Amino acid sequence: MTHSHNDTDTTPSRLSRAWHSDLAWKFRHSPIAMLSMSVTVLLVLSAIFAPLIAPHNPFDPGSLNLMNGFTPPLTPNAFTTDTFILGTDDQGRDIFSTILYGMRISLFVGFAAVSLGMIIGITLGLISGYFGGIVDAVIMRIADIQLTFPSILVAMLIFGVAKGFTPPQYRDEMAIWVLIIAIGLSDWVQFARVVRGATLVEKHKEYVQAARLIGRSATAIIFSHILRNVMSPVLVIATISLALAIIAEATLSFLGVGAPPTQPSLGTLIRIGQGFLFSGEWWILFFPAATLLMLALAVNLMGDWLRDALNPKLK
Amino acid sequence: MTLLNIENLTVEYPSRHGSFKAVSGANLALEPGEIHGLVGESGAGKSTVGAAILGLLEAPGHISSGEITLRSRAISGLDSAAMQSLRGKTISMIFQDPLTSLNPLIKVGEQLTETIITHLGVSQQQAHQRALDLLDRVGIPDPALRLNQFPHQFSGGMRQRVVIALALCSEPDVIIADEPTTALDVAVQAQILDLIKDLAAERQVGVILITHDMGVIADTTDRVTVMYQGQVVETGPTKTVMGQPQHPYTQSLIAAVPRPQVKLRRFSQVSYGGRDTRFAIEDLARNWPKATPSDGPLLSVRNLTKKFPIAKSLIPGRSKWLTAVDDISFDINSGDVFGIVGESGSGKSTVARLISGLYPLNGGTVHFDGALVSDPKDKAAQQNFRRDIQMIFQDPYSSLNPRMRVLDIIAEPIRHHTTRNSHDLTPRVHELLDQVGLGKSAAAKYPHEFSGGQRQRISIARALATQPRFLICDEPTSALDVSIQAQILNILKDLQDHLGLTLLFISHDLPVVRQMCDRVAVMKQGKLLELQDTQALFTTPKTAYTQELLGLMPRLDGLSTQGLDLR
Amino acid sequence: MVSFLIRRVLQAGLVLLVVGLVAFSMFNFVGDPIDNMLGQERTQADIDRLRAQLGLDQPFVIQYWTFLTNAAEGNFGVSYRQGRPVSEIIAERAPATLELATVSALFAMSMGVILGIFTAIRRKGVLAHVIMSASLIGVSLPTFLIGILLIYLFSVELDWLPSFGRGEVTQVGAWSTGFLTSSGLKALVLPSITLGLFQMTLIMRLVRSEMLEVLRQDYIRFARARGLSERTINFRHALRNTLVPVITVTGLQLGSIIAFAIITETVFQWPGVGLLFINAVQFVDIPVMAAYLMLISVMFVTINLIVDILYVAIDPRLRT
Repeated sequence: MTHSHNDTDTTPSRLSRAWHSDLAWKFRHSPIAMLSMSVTVLLVLSAIFAPLIAPHNPFDPGSLNLMNGFTPPLTPNAFTTDTFILGTDDQGRDIFSTILYGMRISLFVGFAAVSLGMIIGITLGLISGYFGGIVDAVIMRIADIQLTFPSILVAMLIFGVAKGFTPPQYRDEMAIWVLIIAIGLSDWVQFARVVRGATLVEKHKEYVQAARLIGRSATAIIFSHILRNVMSPVLVIATISLALAIIAEATLSFLGVGAPPTQPSLGTLIRIGQGFLFSGEWWILFFPAATLLMLALAVNLMGDWLRDALNPKLK
Repeated sequence: MTLLNIENLTVEYPSRHGSFKAVSGANLALEPGEIHGLVGESGAGKSTVGAAILGLLEAPGHISSGEITLRSRAISGLDSAAMQSLRGKTISMIFQDPLTSLNPLIKVGEQLTETIITHLGVSQQQAHQRALDLLDRVGIPDPALRLNQFPHQFSGGMRQRVVIALALCSEPDVIIADEPTTALDVAVQAQILDLIKDLAAERQVGVILITHDMGVIADTTDRVTVMYQGQVVETGPTKTVMGQPQHPYTQSLIAAVPRPQVKLRRFSQVSYGGRDTRFAIEDLARNWPKATPSDGPLLSVRNLTKKFPIAKSLIPGRSKWLTAVDDISFDINSGDVFGIVGESGSGKSTVARLISGLYPLNGGTVHFDGALVSDPKDKAAQQNFRRDIQMIFQDPYSSLNPRMRVLDIIAEPIRHHTTRNSHDLTPRVHELLDQVGLGKSAAAKYPHEFSGGQRQRISIARALATQPRFLICDEPTSALDVSIQAQILNILKDLQDHLGLTLLFISHDLPVVRQMCDRVAVMKQGKLLELQDTQALFTTPKTAYTQELLGLMPRLDGLSTQGLDLR
Repeated sequence: MVSFLIRRVLQAGLVLLVVGLVAFSMFNFVGDPIDNMLGQERTQADIDRLRAQLGLDQPFVIQYWTFLTNAAEGNFGVSYRQGRPVSEIIAERAPATLELATVSALFAMSMGVILGIFTAIRRKGVLAHVIMSASLIGVSLPTFLIGILLIYLFSVELDWLPSFGRGEVTQVGAWSTGFLTSSGLKALVLPSITLGLFQMTLIMRLVRSEMLEVLRQDYIRFARARGLSERTINFRHALRNTLVPVITVTGLQLGSIIAFAIITETVFQWPGVGLLFINAVQFVDIPVMAAYLMLISVMFVTINLIVDILYVAIDPRLRT
């Protein structure tokens, strides 16, 4: 948006406009939207402030006591009489704390990967849709080819290849960044296709012709006119992609090709917990899994609501 | 006996902003064999009446009071099963767009026979025979072959005939036609209206013809009901209502209709409902740079040609091309309004876009004020040219960026062409908004907060922001109601008179062209057929095609001339 | 239409060439194959011999060509990890994956389409709302969690179905099938549901939204205005038009089932190519990764071609 100084003296402020907009009105009248938004915000905040909230630092070897291993939730440990709300894992780590720290990784990877995919996708989609011709053909063929492969497979391949490139001693350190790139690169096609489609519609509208007639350059038209008009579908896809990215990260980590054991994400925790499910220590798997489901479900619900709310045809 | 009677009908749409009455207290009576026009501008509620009769109101709309009776039997408030048995059988409906009214994946014959079998319960064989007869009756040649085709194999006019055949499947008593010819070209429009007239007379069907077009009303209907903002303001025999309108709204509406026969100095403004807004042309003219008269024509077009690919083939030689503009040359003199008319697909809009540089040329040259401006490599000439020409587009809804404030929309050309800093940019925009009659407060709003006519004023303000010398108007009023059209056309006339602007005016509407233009070019299939002074073109057309077009103009002889500016 | 199909075939060929290039590049540039294949005790002569044997001394284009011709013959070299020809390992593992994918694809497609139509037609009904909400949970549950939950419920707690492996398999020629024994069929149940559930919810949601979109079209309004029954409108008019976009996406979904099998196979220790692939990724076993990539792209490309042909068969507008 272009800003100018004295535009707010005669009309209500932007904030109040936003509050009174149709979208905000629909939001305030949808219990599901408000609930899922609250859950998401709560989870994101508790991930951000994990060091302040978590009772233990699960990655500080000094605070670990192996004697605390396998403590069930809310039950004092037989040896140390320590109590943990969600119990401990095999190494005596507090599950509640590992979940908070694990969510940090999951959310960080999710947000970063979606942002990466979004930036690449929007840029290529705008270019492809606006210019058409050879550029469009090349970009869309690449997108088609990549779309033939499910994103999780592409992410695995990128992960595998990147692993081949990184020297073994750096692999753990780089794993998170490799994950972000792998999921982000596997994700751009969605954005590119939607943005391209919307751009194709927008570029034939007369306001674009009016801007061309003024003599504005293609770059100026793309970024100051078209971009803001293709953002609503992008918003929907970004939300749904966030849920998918969190799930993808969990899946990769679960398969052992994601976050390293030194930086466990929710997926890694589930991978660890899976081994103990059948021997009765259900809480090691259950709580991370429930958190993951809650997070993905809340984000998905928001995406679902957004799609309906932004689609004027659905009533 | 009255066939269909609507009494005191009120339709409400509850929403978060309170309940909206789309129709309030409307009355209408339809006799067998009668074509009853339902006319009004957008938002008048005329389509809502049509949908209400068939129980096809979109949720949450509903009939909140009043009664609809068919042969004295109440049909409003029937349950959905009873309503369904009525639809298509006793009352049929025809929609505006024949392109979307037919299922693209089902053969025309199947769509007909399934409807016939549903209503008449006859055998497949009999239904097939009846489908053949129907296609024949609505004037589709070679019906046996056509039955086996899919809708995309029909032209627009032929599809609308199929739609009419579908509506006739079970010999309905009433047909509701909602803008049945708006999406069609004039020539096809006339044929379809004739067909509807014949059918009404031949089968004693009552037809409710919903339209915004006074020409269609005057030529086709027996009776007419005029609606304004959900209310019926006048009803009566078409001749009486058109000739001696009683209600002030009807009077001003009729006065605003462009006449094909006489040239007016100005359009008469619709004053009903306080919709007339000031346009401060004198303010604008005060600071307008004096045009320096040049010797030659201001704009000179030579051998303009444009081809579009319609089918790309792997083998380059087999690709098919459509020549949208075919070797066209003309001159436009400074201070003139130059018109181009033609049906859809004639290439008239393409010419506008070629001159303005929105499309690259495939051949020919454009000179502006003596300088070549059609060479894409000569950036300097292009940049100067851009400042001198502006364009007003057809669709006021798509020509303004919906996510930009009016301030930014109007400031954009000024920012681009001058080095004004944003400090004196805002006063300049405010000034322009005052001049086009919208007021300063419009600057901070977004386009969706304005009506179609107001948006077109924003477009005009944007076009005038760089003080251009040449204005291209591409069907500037065809998306507007007739009363708003009159306002906008008057503004354009003022721009020519007071500012000495040169206009290229593109339109399919001959009466409008007659009112607006000094010289007119007629285009057909990319070719320029003839070019004459307006008066000469309308009195002594040179080509058969122009004669045909003139013959298809609505004859508005019976329309009241009250309030016309005949000076 | 012919030119449409020719274009599609050419495009399919292009896809294979590009994927081949990716696979080939992985071979050549990820790590050093010589390093990977020879142990610590090696001489320069060993290295040179192997280089010549692998053709690594040839120019890039020749190497690529050799790779492609070898791939066409099913020769992908030797697994770094197992030391056996990759083609042999894959041939051994493929039947398990294909059987699993087929069963879950049938499950996903049939249930997805049926539930999609149901939720679209009964949009306001209680059951439709329940199904829609459940489907959102389905999309939010990662496949591996579904697998774990199913195992916990049906294998550990109820002890009805096996928790891992294929059960008893019968050898039919080179193909080992689990379809012919009851333990083999039982073993298929949980993995197929796990694999198909996610795809099913996607297909269902897609069918629903496409159908709702179609039901809003003018020709449906016109069909209603002609008095056709709801049944005719829903099943003759709306369903046919819904299927056109659904088929494309469903085709893609079926392709991804084969890839998603990786996860399911890991959870259920299902001895298919997916499990093979994930182990290859963990140990950077490039020949196996490359071969898997080529194999799966051939499958995807074939599925896409079939989808294109179906598309033409359904939509008359493409036939002219």
